[in-house]
Amino acid sequence: MRISVTINDKMVHLDVEFDEFLADALRKHGFFSIRKGCDTSCCGLCTVWVDGRPTLSCSVLAFRVDGKTITTIEGVQQEAEQFAQILAAEGAEQCGFCSPGFIMTVLAMKKELTQPTEEQIIHYLTGNLCRCTGYMGQLRAVKMYLGGTA
Amino acid sequence: MKLVGKGIAKIDAMPIATGKPVYTEDLAYQDALVVKVLRSPHAFARIKAIDTSKAEKLAGVECVLTYQDVPKVRFTLAGQSYPEPSPYDRLILEDLVRYVGDEVAIVAAIDEKTALKAIKLIKVEYELLEPVLDFEQAIGHSSVIHPEADLHCNFDIGLDKEQNIVSSYKLEAGDVEAELQQCAVVVEGTYYTQAQAHAMMETYRAFSYLDHAGRLVLISSTQIPFHVRRKLARSLQIPASKIRVIKPRIGGGFGGKQTVAVEPFVAAVTLKTGKPALLVYDRKETFTATTSRHAMRLKVRLGADQDGFIQVVDIEGLSDTGAYGEHASTVFSVVGDKTLPLYNKTKAVRFMGNVVYTNKLPAGAFRGYGATQGTFALEATVNKLAAKLQIDPTELRMKNLIKQGETCLTYGGKILGSSALDRCIETGKKMIGWSEKYPRRELDNHKVRAVGMAVTMQGSGIAGIDTASAEIRLNDDGNYTLLIGSTDMGTGSDTILSQMAAETLDTDMEHMIVHAADTDVSPYDPGSYASSTTYVTGMAVVKAAEDLRQQMLTQAARFLEADPQELVFDGTLFQTGDGLRSLTLVKLAELLVLGLGNKQLVGQATYGSPVSPPPFIAGFAEVEVDQETGQVSVLDFVAVADCGTVVNPNLARIQVEGGIVQGIGLALYEDVRYDEKGTLQTNTFMQYKIPTRKDIGTIRVAFEESYEPTGPFGAKSIGEVVVNTPAPAIVNAIYHATGVMLDSLPVTPEKLYRKMQDRPIRQEMEHE
Repeated sequence: MRISVTINDKMVHLDVEFDEFLADALRKHGFFSIRKGCDTSCCGLCTVWVDGRPTLSCSVLAFRVDGKTITTIEGVQQEAEQFAQILAAEGAEQCGFCSPGFIMTVLAMKKELTQPTEEQIIHYLTGNLCRCTGYMGQLRAVKMYLGGTA
Repeated sequence: MKLVGKGIAKIDAMPIATGKPVYTEDLAYQDALVVKVLRSPHAFARIKAIDTSKAEKLAGVECVLTYQDVPKVRFTLAGQSYPEPSPYDRLILEDLVRYVGDEVAIVAAIDEKTALKAIKLIKVEYELLEPVLDFEQAIGHSSVIHPEADLHCNFDIGLDKEQNIVSSYKLEAGDVEAELQQCAVVVEGTYYTQAQAHAMMETYRAFSYLDHAGRLVLISSTQIPFHVRRKLARSLQIPASKIRVIKPRIGGGFGGKQTVAVEPFVAAVTLKTGKPALLVYDRKETFTATTSRHAMRLKVRLGADQDGFIQVVDIEGLSDTGAYGEHASTVFSVVGDKTLPLYNKTKAVRFMGNVVYTNKLPAGAFRGYGATQGTFALEATVNKLAAKLQIDPTELRMKNLIKQGETCLTYGGKILGSSALDRCIETGKKMIGWSEKYPRRELDNHKVRAVGMAVTMQGSGIAGIDTASAEIRLNDDGNYTLLIGSTDMGTGSDTILSQMAAETLDTDMEHMIVHAADTDVSPYDPGSYASSTTYVTGMAVVKAAEDLRQQMLTQAARFLEADPQELVFDGTLFQTGDGLRSLTLVKLAELLVLGLGNKQLVGQATYGSPVSPPPFIAGFAEVEVDQETGQVSVLDFVAVADCGTVVNPNLARIQVEGGIVQGIGLALYEDVRYDEKGTLQTNTFMQYKIPTRKDIGTIRVAFEESYEPTGPFGAKSIGEVVVNTPAPAIVNAIYHATGVMLDSLPVTPEKLYRKMQDRPIRQEMEHE
């Protein structure tokens, strides 16, 4: 079936299967930042924004986003780089495989929460797993990004 | 130093963090065949008949392979230097399946849907065999897991296939039994550690195609490109010269990708069809059908005198290698190798035992590689000794631990070149607030807080075996290209090795191009494992850079008609001692590379170390135990590391923090369960819980540097030692909190609660 979606500010028409997930549809159309890490909606690697809200693209059927607005990290490169530089300065991207999904959640949090506490930050980001960093470096980077001190 | 010791960001940081297409799957051709694997639903069975005709007729199916289509030459998937000490006990596909998940058939189709449909159309008739599911029953079991006549091992590792024993090992110095008789205090314990999953975020995957010369090319998420090439040559029976293995960016490894997983299957498809093919394991396959940490039972006996000087360390082990013997003997020997030297006031030490086959997921290499299991068992028992003698656990360590310049019973006269472990303990005590918090504090709401600790050591590379080469070219434009075969899997080793090369050549990171790893281009390197890259490859890089620097001085002297000895090189300019004549590096490069009759300079070195100097960590846990539920929360974990000179403090710190959290997972969360038929039940992140950022409390890291005389700039390793202390330190803290000494991992609330109530623990809980 054909759906019409706005991906990173550009209206596109995608031919998708009825049982195809958004993550697969996006990868198929060249958005390689979308990664799958678990198949059970646990890891957060595939996080994109649907109408501005962080969403697990592995768990949303592609036809469900017909008429909606999708944002991937390719569409917010400037903001992503701004945070990624802080993350890299901490060495906390490590293998980088979870970083795009993680960064999409961090950027969404910045929009959604005003001056979040450490507890709120951790709660907001819990759905983004990382096996490399032990999370502490990510937390330092997020706090620095939000303007506090790590 | 300008670069060594600086927390430089990784050279690949921005592209990987912002989602650029640099990983294996991103590099595969869009029209690559999709490969899927049919797996055994039975723990142990013989394939009586297999009918692939319906699958082959399905439109879009390009190839179906069964055991009849692959070479009958056994090999090992273990990524080890040739000749490997792991048994050659595998075929790509075989008519005997040895665990639930073992490969039965390979299917390649034009898309995933078709491949999965074809898998369902394959009809297999099995003769079911009695599986061996309890590793404590494996020896002498009526079922022989590897009955094949062509099972082979390059070394005598004590293989006794009729008994399901893959390896027997004994390391002994002194008379353990006699010395134990003399000891005033003897404590013992029997410990069980589970088959932890690596759970790297990027699952196993490889993409293969035939290049312009008809050679087989694999782009693979691997830690071991050169070993992959050798194994593919053997398993597929094609010349190694016809194979090229390229490692792109990798989404984590932790030792998992030191064992070959998907490469033979995808390569077999490309060889058969001539077409590009991609195989990506999903998470369930990664849990079910790759490798894990070796589950072990370790029995420890410690003997000490009245004053707490440890006289005897005796460890007897049983290790479960699962259905195949990858890394079986070496992981097991490391249990003893990286524990017995810690306490060197001993009169007798021993480590011995067996590694057995079972009909379960094969075990393999996993960060810590036996030292993790050994540290848990030894340190738990040392903490038991401290409790029995009523000595502070930190003081007991300070009394007994090996110090720099000393030797131990198993070192064969060699001395320990560097150690700051005593300083690590002192610093860690201060950071955690040991003197105020030890041993426990009651809170009023049924909760109690306590601290615990453990120490550990690992190695840096494999002494006398693993050898790395490095090359550095001076390019036509005055820049350098560093060629290495080690495999940065996210750790930042490409950056760290560039720092070392640039430091040696007095240049900056911008002038150092680094390329790794491609078997057609890179000099040989075993790959990144055994905590070897900073130490072994690093030394090769430093020597190659020194070689190039010397050659550049010689050539600059020739052009300046001066003596090389009197030249000064500051990284950009060669000058005679009197300052009268000079030549820029850019000009030298131009003179050497361009024009006639010249010679491009290449610095080269091959390095293998005769020793494997240990990094050390003192780990301290502060936990809170809810006495009503058995729930344990790690509030604070302090790790103080001695990895010699810290080459890049940011990347080293992240290694420690990440390793500590993986260790907390091992200690508290990562439970491994099978059903009665041998099917792994903990096969998704729903059932197998790795720590989230809510589960870890605060992790704090400090370094106490030593200077390792055999290491590059005084450096040792950091990658593995970091995972070892959480389990014993947390279990020690739980003991201080509750008086319960736990001996099996993970410490689930249920397990602790039952122990606190002194209720009998169910059999399967004790052993899984």
